[in-house]
Amino acid sequence: MRNKVISVEEAVNMIPDGATIMYGGFLGCGSAHHIIEALAKKGTKDLTIIGNDCGMATGPNGEEFYGVAKLIHNHQVKHVIATHVGMTPEVGTQNMVDKTLTVDLIPQGSLAEMIRAGGAGLGGVLTPTGVGTIVEDSPFCLGKQTIDGKEYLLMKPLHADFALIGGHMIDKFGNIWYKGTTRNFNIVMATAADVVIAEADNLVEVGDIEPENVVTSGAFINYIVDGGKL
Amino acid sequence: MEKSEIKGFIAKRVAKELKDGDVVNLGIGLPTLVPAYLPDGVHVILQSENGIIGTGPKPSAENAEPKYKIDAGGSPACADTFGCYIDSATSFGFIRGGHVNATILGGLEVDEEGSLSNWIIPGKKMPGMGGAMDLLVGAKEVIVAMEHTAKGNPKILKKCTLPYTAVHCVTKIITEMCVINVTDKGLELVEINPEFTVEQVQAATAATLIVSPDLKPMC
Repeated sequence: MRNKVISVEEAVNMIPDGATIMYGGFLGCGSAHHIIEALAKKGTKDLTIIGNDCGMATGPNGEEFYGVAKLIHNHQVKHVIATHVGMTPEVGTQNMVDKTLTVDLIPQGSLAEMIRAGGAGLGGVLTPTGVGTIVEDSPFCLGKQTIDGKEYLLMKPLHADFALIGGHMIDKFGNIWYKGTTRNFNIVMATAADVVIAEADNLVEVGDIEPENVVTSGAFINYIVDGGKL
Repeated sequence: MEKSEIKGFIAKRVAKELKDGDVVNLGIGLPTLVPAYLPDGVHVILQSENGIIGTGPKPSAENAEPKYKIDAGGSPACADTFGCYIDSATSFGFIRGGHVNATILGGLEVDEEGSLSNWIIPGKKMPGMGGAMDLLVGAKEVIVAMEHTAKGNPKILKKCTLPYTAVHCVTKIITEMCVINVTDKGLELVEINPEFTVEQVQAATAATLIVSPDLKPMC
C-alpha cells in the first residue's frame, strides 16, 4: 500500500498561491488545526476558501484566531464562500471597509449539498431554501425551477483544489472515525477536492478502526498528516 | 410588564406549543429558554444543526470538550444517551426533509404574509444566514418568539423592509403582548395578554390584525 503519511510542511508545500481550499469544521470544531496553522506560518496567499464559517476570533480555550480565522487575519484570503462569518468580524472589515476580500454567503444546507454534488458527480442541487431571498442573486444560483407546483433554486456544485479534513482517529490507509460534532462538513468535503489531506489527532494502524466504524473511506484520502493531540 | 420578565413570559407561552416527542430546533437567545418551561411529561428531541440529533443537557465544565463537541452557537454540548452525531449534509437533509416539527427563533421583522427577516441589516455587520434559511423552509412549524416592538417601533409589518430570511414560512408569532396565527387571510390575533387591550396591540403592530372571534387570554 502506498505510504500516504506526510509531514505538515510537505502538506502545505503542495498548496500554491491562489489555490481553492475546502476546510472542514464548524467554528473550528473539526478543523485540521495543525495544517491551517502551518499554512498561516508559510504565508500562502490569494486563497479562495470554502467552509461553513471563518473560525472564531477567539477559540474555546482563549486561542487567538481559531481555525481559518488566522488566514483571514494574515490577509492570505481573497475570496470566502461560507454560510456565516460573524464570529470572525475581520471578514466584515476586510470586505466592507478595506474591500480586499470578497464574500459569497450561502445557506448552510445548500452549501453542504453543493459540495456533496461536487463530490458525487451531480450537475447541481435543487433546493427550496433561499427562494424569494437575495440568494437568488448569488453567482452560485443558476435560476429557479418549479417542480410539482413548488419553487426551487438551482445551485451549482462546488469542487476545490484541496480539502483539509480533520479526523479524530485515522488509520494509515486514511479511513476516518470522527469524534462528537466534528463530522460536519468534513464528510462531504473529503469527496469534493482534487487533493484531500486529512489531519489525524490519533494516527493508528490499518485494522484499528473496525470497517463498520469507518465514516470516511481512506479511498477518498490522498495524504495523511499526523497532527497529534489537539 | 417589567422588561426583565418579558423573555421568560414569552418562552413560557412558546413551551405550550410543543408536544411530547417533537423534534425541535432552537435559535440563539430567547428560544434557548423554552425547554426550562416545558410542562411535566413533555420531552422534546432537540436538534443542533451543526451535528446533533438528541442534544443532551449542557455538560459540566469538567465534562465539556469544546474541541470536539459543540452546539450551533459554538457552546460546549453533547448528545443525550439516545442522541447521535451527524454530518452537515445529513443534518440539513433532516431539516429540509420535514423531520423537524418546530423551529423557534427570534425576528427583526415579520410580515403579514408570514415572511421573516432576521439575518442581516445591510451595511452594518457581515454575519451570514447560517442554517436559518433552511430551517424556515424545512420545519413544519415556524414560531417567531420576540418582543413585540423594538424601541417602540413595530416589528410586525405589512411587508418586511430588511432582506428576507425566508418568505411565507412563519406559522405563529408569540410576543409579550399576544399570540398571532399566520393565516391565508392575514394575521389572526388568537390570544392577548390581559395587561393589554386589543387597541394597544393593534397600535403596536403595523399590519392589520384580524381579531379571532374566539380571542382568549394569554397565560
